[in-house]
Amino acid sequence: MANGNETQAEERTRYWRANLKIIGGCLAVWAVVSFLLSIVLGPTLNAFHLGGYPLGFWLAQQGSIYVFLIIIFFYAWRMNKLDIEFNVDEE
Amino acid sequence: MTLQILSLIVVGLTFALYIGIAVWARTGSTSEFYVAGKGVNPVMNGMATAADWMSAASFISMAGLIAFLGYTGGAYLMGWTGGYVLMALLLAPYLRKFGKFTVPEFIGDRFYSKAARVIAVIALLVASITYVIGQMRGVGIAFSNLLNVPLTAGLISGMVVVFLYAVFGGMKGITYTQIAQYVVMIFAYTVPAIFIALQLTGNPLPQLGLGSTLAGEETYLLEALDNTLVDLGFDPYTGVAGMSMTNMFLLTLSLMIGTAGLPHVIVRFFTVPRIRDARKSAGWALLFIALLYTTAPAVGAMSMWNMIDMVQPGEVGDPEGNIAIEDLPEWTDRWQETGLLGFEDKNEDGRIQYYNEDNEEFHQMAQEEWGWEGNEIVTLDRDIIVLATPGIANLPNWVIALVAAGGIAAALSTAAGLLLAISSAISHDLLKGVFMPRISEKREMMAARISMAAAILLAGYLGLNPPGFAAEVVALAFGFAAASLFPTLMMGIFYKKMNNYGAIAGMLAGLLVTALYIFIYKGWFFIPGTNMLPDQEAYWLFGIGTGSFGAIGALVNFVVAFVVAKMTAPPPQHIQDLVESVRVPRAD
Repeated sequence: MANGNETQAEERTRYWRANLKIIGGCLAVWAVVSFLLSIVLGPTLNAFHLGGYPLGFWLAQQGSIYVFLIIIFFYAWRMNKLDIEFNVDEE
Repeated sequence: MTLQILSLIVVGLTFALYIGIAVWARTGSTSEFYVAGKGVNPVMNGMATAADWMSAASFISMAGLIAFLGYTGGAYLMGWTGGYVLMALLLAPYLRKFGKFTVPEFIGDRFYSKAARVIAVIALLVASITYVIGQMRGVGIAFSNLLNVPLTAGLISGMVVVFLYAVFGGMKGITYTQIAQYVVMIFAYTVPAIFIALQLTGNPLPQLGLGSTLAGEETYLLEALDNTLVDLGFDPYTGVAGMSMTNMFLLTLSLMIGTAGLPHVIVRFFTVPRIRDARKSAGWALLFIALLYTTAPAVGAMSMWNMIDMVQPGEVGDPEGNIAIEDLPEWTDRWQETGLLGFEDKNEDGRIQYYNEDNEEFHQMAQEEWGWEGNEIVTLDRDIIVLATPGIANLPNWVIALVAAGGIAAALSTAAGLLLAISSAISHDLLKGVFMPRISEKREMMAARISMAAAILLAGYLGLNPPGFAAEVVALAFGFAAASLFPTLMMGIFYKKMNNYGAIAGMLAGLLVTALYIFIYKGWFFIPGTNMLPDQEAYWLFGIGTGSFGAIGALVNFVVAFVVAKMTAPPPQHIQDLVESVRVPRAD
C-alpha cells in the first residue's frame, strides 16, 4: 500500500514537470512574439512588408493577438491529452 | 422618425432583453449567486468573459487612443490580450480546481491566514470600485452624447437595469445578460467598421482593409497615412512615437500582468463545470475579445485618415488645399455641440488647418511660407474616433443608434461583473469568512444582495459626481492587480513552500511601492497639487511612466515574498497537500 502511494506521488511529480515544460515552451513563444518581435525588433522589422502592413506594425497590432489565441488553444489541447496520458483527467 | 426616437427604441429594446433574462435567471443558492452553479458552457462563458472584460473604455476610447499613438498603441492591444495567455496557463485551471467562490478565498485558504484574505479583499475593492466608476461614466457618455438624453436620466436608467439583473440574478443572471450584451456590442462595433473599410479600401474585412490599397488607387492606406502625417509635421503612423521603447515594453507587461490579476475576470473561470473547460474557455474568451481588438486598430487608423482627408483634401501648403469652414460636413456640427470637437480659424483665412504645432521647425516654416497660425482643430477628444465613425462614413441613423446601444452594453456588462466581485468580497470574504463565520446561507445571500445594491448606488453617485481623479485611478487599478493579486496567486500554485508571511509581506510591499510611485507623480491620494515631482518623462525613475509601473510592483512582490518565505517556517503539511491537489485535475 505504501509502495502504491509512492508510485502515485512520483507519477504526479512527473505530470507536474511535464506541465511546467509545456508552460515554459508556450510562454517562450508568448514573450518572443510580443516583447522581442513586436517591440524590441518591431522598428527593424518594419522594413519588411505584409501587403500594405509594415511587419513590425502588423505584429504589434494584429499578429501577436492571433499568436496568443493559438497558444491558449494549443495549451488546452496539449494538457487535456497529458491528463489522459497520466490518468489524472476528470472522470 | 427622428434619430433620437429611433435610438431610444433600439436602446429600450436591448434593456427589455436584459430584464427578460433577469426574470428567467433568478437565483436560489449562494453557488448560483456567486458562480452560476458552475454550470456554464465553456463557449458561452468565453463570450460572457469577453463582455465582462471589454469595458466602456475598450468600446468607446481604445480605437481613439491607438489612432493618436500609432504603432506604440500596440502596447494596449498586446497588453490587454496577452494577459489571457498568463491567465489560461498560470491561474485559471488551478483556481477552478480549488473550486470555491472568490479570489480572496483562495488566498486566505492557501496562505492559512485571515490577514492575507483581508489584504486581498482590500486590493480587490480598490481595483474594482475605481473601475466601476469609469463604467458608470461610460453609460452617461453614451446617453448624453449619442442620444441627447440628460446624463442623470441616462445614468439612473442604467443603474435600474443593472440592479434588476445583478441583484436578483447574481452570477447566473449576469452571465446570460453578458452573452446578450456581447452580441449587441460586437455587432455595434463591427458594422460601422465594415462599412468604413469597404468605402476606403474596397475590402469589407477591417483587419485586411488596413493592409490594403486605397480604393481605386495604387497607394497603400498606411503608406498614404504615414506620408500625409509627415507632410503635416507629425510622426509617421507606423513608426515609434508617443512613448519610449522602454515604456512600450513595460506598459505591455504591466497591462498583461494586471489583466491576468483582475478578480472579476478570474472569477468567470469558476463558473465552468470542469478544469478542461476552464482551459478551453480562456481561448474562447480571447477569440471573442480578438474580434473587437483586431478591428479597433483599423477603426482608429481609418477614422484618422478620413478626418485628415476631410480637413486637407488638397496639397499641403496650397492655399486652397484646406477645407473651407462652410464646407465642413454636417456631422461636425453635432459634435461641436457636445464639446468633443472644436474649430478656431486662427489665421482668419476661412479654412481649417490641422497640423503638428508642437513641431517647432514645421510650425515656423508653415507660418512663414503659408501663413498658418496654429492648429485649428482646437478640441479633438479621442472618444470621437468611435462615436463619430457612423457620421464620418455617412451611415444611416440606425447605425448611430446601434453604436449607442453597444457602448451602453459594454459599460453595463463590465459594471455588473465588477459589482459581483465587490459584493461577493464583502458578503463571502469579509462577513462569512472573517466576521460572521456562522451566518446562514440565506442571510449570506441577503448580505450579498444588499452590498450589491449599495455598490450600485455608490458607483452611480460617483458616476454623476466623478472625482477629479477618475482618469488617473485606472492606472492604480491595474497597478494594484498586477502588484498584489497576480504574483500572490501564481506563487500560491507554483511555489509549494510559499508561506503566509511571505505572501502577506509580498502583497503589502507590491501595493505600497506601486501606490507610492503613482502618488509621487499624480499627487497624494490624487489630491491636485500634492505631487512631489512633475508627471513627465524627464522626472520618471529610469523613464518609467506611472501606468507602466505595475510590472515593477509585481517584481517587488515576488522578491520580497521569496526572501521572507526563505527566512520563516515553511507552510504546514496540509497546505502543501492542498497545493498538490490543486495541480491535478482529478479529484482525490
